[in-house]
Amino acid sequence: MYVAVKGGERAIENAHAWLAEERRGDRAVPELTVAQIREQMALAVNRVMAEGSLYDPDLAALAIKQARGDLIEAIFLIRAYRTTLPRLGASRPVDTAAMACIRRISATFKDAPGGQVLGPTFDYTHRLLDFALMAECDVPPAPEASATPGPVPHITGFLNRDGLIQTEAAGEATPPDLTREPLELPASRPLRLQALARGDEGFLLGLAYSTQRGYARNHAFVGELRIGTVAVEVDIPELGFAIEVAEIELTECETVNQFAGSKTEPPQFTRGYGLVFGQTERKAISMALVDRALRWRELGEDFLGAAAQDEEFVLSHADNIQATGFLEHIKLPHYVDFQSELELVRRIRAEAELAQAQPEAAE
Amino acid sequence: MNDYTFAYLDEQTKRMIRRAILKGVAIPGYQVPFASREMPMPYGWGTGGVQVTAACLTPEDVLKVIDQGADDTTNAVSIRKFFQRTAGVAVTEATVEASLIQTRHRIPEAPLTEAQILVYQVPIPEPLRFLEPREVETRRMHALEDYGLMHVKLYEDIARHGEIATAYAYPVKVEGRYVMDPSPIPKFDNPKLSDSPALQLFGAGREQRIYALPPYTRVVSLDFDDHPFVASKADHACDLCGAGDTYLDEVIIDDAGGRMFVCSDTDHCGSRRRAGHVGRLGVPGKEVA
Amino acid sequence: MHDMALQGGFAEAPTQSARAFRAVLNALARPGTIETLVGAQPPAPASIAAGVALLTLADATTPVHLAGAHDTPDLRDWLTFHTGAPLVGAAEAVFALGTWVALAPITRFAMGSPEYPDRSATLIVEMPALHPAGARLTGPGIRDTAHLNLPDIAALRANAADFPLGRDFLFCAGDRLAALPRSTQVEAV
Repeated sequence: MYVAVKGGERAIENAHAWLAEERRGDRAVPELTVAQIREQMALAVNRVMAEGSLYDPDLAALAIKQARGDLIEAIFLIRAYRTTLPRLGASRPVDTAAMACIRRISATFKDAPGGQVLGPTFDYTHRLLDFALMAECDVPPAPEASATPGPVPHITGFLNRDGLIQTEAAGEATPPDLTREPLELPASRPLRLQALARGDEGFLLGLAYSTQRGYARNHAFVGELRIGTVAVEVDIPELGFAIEVAEIELTECETVNQFAGSKTEPPQFTRGYGLVFGQTERKAISMALVDRALRWRELGEDFLGAAAQDEEFVLSHADNIQATGFLEHIKLPHYVDFQSELELVRRIRAEAELAQAQPEAAE
Repeated sequence: MNDYTFAYLDEQTKRMIRRAILKGVAIPGYQVPFASREMPMPYGWGTGGVQVTAACLTPEDVLKVIDQGADDTTNAVSIRKFFQRTAGVAVTEATVEASLIQTRHRIPEAPLTEAQILVYQVPIPEPLRFLEPREVETRRMHALEDYGLMHVKLYEDIARHGEIATAYAYPVKVEGRYVMDPSPIPKFDNPKLSDSPALQLFGAGREQRIYALPPYTRVVSLDFDDHPFVASKADHACDLCGAGDTYLDEVIIDDAGGRMFVCSDTDHCGSRRRAGHVGRLGVPGKEVA
Repeated sequence: MHDMALQGGFAEAPTQSARAFRAVLNALARPGTIETLVGAQPPAPASIAAGVALLTLADATTPVHLAGAHDTPDLRDWLTFHTGAPLVGAAEAVFALGTWVALAPITRFAMGSPEYPDRSATLIVEMPALHPAGARLTGPGIRDTAHLNLPDIAALRANAADFPLGRDFLFCAGDRLAALPRSTQVEAV
């Protein structure tokens, strides 16, 4: 006698219980706290905030803990939570020129007003495992300089002054929001930038790298990379002015890219732009390169068939929550579709065999 | 889950989805873009269907959820539980008792009624997508009613295999206008799409599309005069209930390649067995809970 | 803003709007079917059904046009308070409310584009009464034929002839509502 598979509900509950146990790991080892993750896994927290599109370090840290360190799973938790939040208003655009920088470097000028500030970077660390970290160890305080005096100007501003870089006109239009409206193609640059800002770091890294290796090469230099905090201000109509509601950490990257000029325009540099929550500079630089590659049409360049130039390709595949969901759904039961294919293949094979056995009759 | 509103989605999101559903109903077979939300289950696992169901549910509804025709597959269980928890609606496994049925990959065997809504989970809503990957292009094709590419593909199938080599997600034409993807249902189910007394709604979350077939809408599976569409199934009867007219799952039962065929619609099979029908391997009156 | 604007909304929005939507959905999916809507009390001259439909479907993202005698300060305030919908001219409207005479000619309203036929207006038409009699309706949603008293058969036939473009209609009288999508063929009897 055949008994159909039953008990899906209990199987799910048991799987969840097992998962919770595995997440906790060996109970002889103290449990991680959310504060520990927030403070000591800050770059993971930053990535989860950036791709989750929600600036909340505590929730991002909680998501990482719950997801057992699987960052895409953590991003998914944050996205699903974010969707349910009411929209209370929109902030003013943040002013990155007023950023209180902890890091600010330029590859295009040896020095510039405001100086080069390395900040807390891995850049010149030798990648040698520090076995001292195997044990708990106290970190001596880093030397401190006196605070940077006020905001530092954008490097590209200097080029802009001389007309050497393409001007990006300020716009009053409200940028579109792909979390509230379906993606429509062709997309405007603000919409593209939003998609890139929450896009998968690995996907953008690969695309950006491909442009460097010649797939729509755009000769990028890091004009400026800055990391620091900016104020978030919201206009209060009843008061008639804006108030600061938060301070957030951002990474901003402006690339300076070659441009040959055209019949109507003298040669000048162009820009790619990246802006990401937290300290996430690999992502910000990748974003700037891909942004620049996607601008081929407006800058009168040729479409070279490169993936990074292909807006529909990039925007349709940058979101890791969409990608991972669809990728992993092929492990769901598909036996109904498979059965229909099985029958089709059997039938076509049977007909082919019949035709082979009776060649005359088949003609 | 008490922090979430009725049927999980906030009111603004539900309004947006409801407007898209209404336009879909007004333009049968046309894919309405909608701002699909991130749901607490992964994209590709029914988020489109879940959002459509959430926008349609009322507290009085009786919900049935099936995956591959079965009520007890894990994903069906998971989605049903989600709505029990967030909407507090009554649930059932009986097709005839349900007022709203969410499905993945099947249309129930029992005839649907005017009092029912069938919500399909759709992975890739664009029937032309595998012929033309670009949305800009396929949108233009639908606008111009330019379906030549699809006919070429089907014709090439016939040239190569002697028949149209599509066994599921078999494309249909709706009211003589839009070519539509019926979701990955086996083509056996295609005839049930047409002239159904029930309203049929299709939700594709990741792809951000909603479309609809109002009741009694004319839906024709694409074919050629000399190669007419055939709604095929395994050439067997159900080994449990003996039905000869249902879609069957093939189950491998031993190491020697032995197999049996059973109804994919578990509710239909169960009710037939309760009514005394017995198939080749069924045991009268014993196995049905 | 008068106190009146603050009243007459949904008391229990999630469930009331869910029931109201199902009624509107059923009406549109089965042209000619007359549904009853409850839960809102908009200021005159708007009907209960029209008020419920707007509370259910309109919000800050859907511009609304109030036509003719429906363009009153009371109704404007009520709609703004309860839905946040911007009030606009006919051409930009996603929803429009008025009598047939006030809304006419319906060609003023968006009919969508060949790429996006869904970007079309839905007109909420106030009627003296609704009866399952009059014009003969055929098409999707209708098993054989249905009948509904319609205000202007010629204009509605012209609208259907533009399918898949066109406007869609919700007809309201008191607490009753019927609907006519662009896909319905309309004939005088």
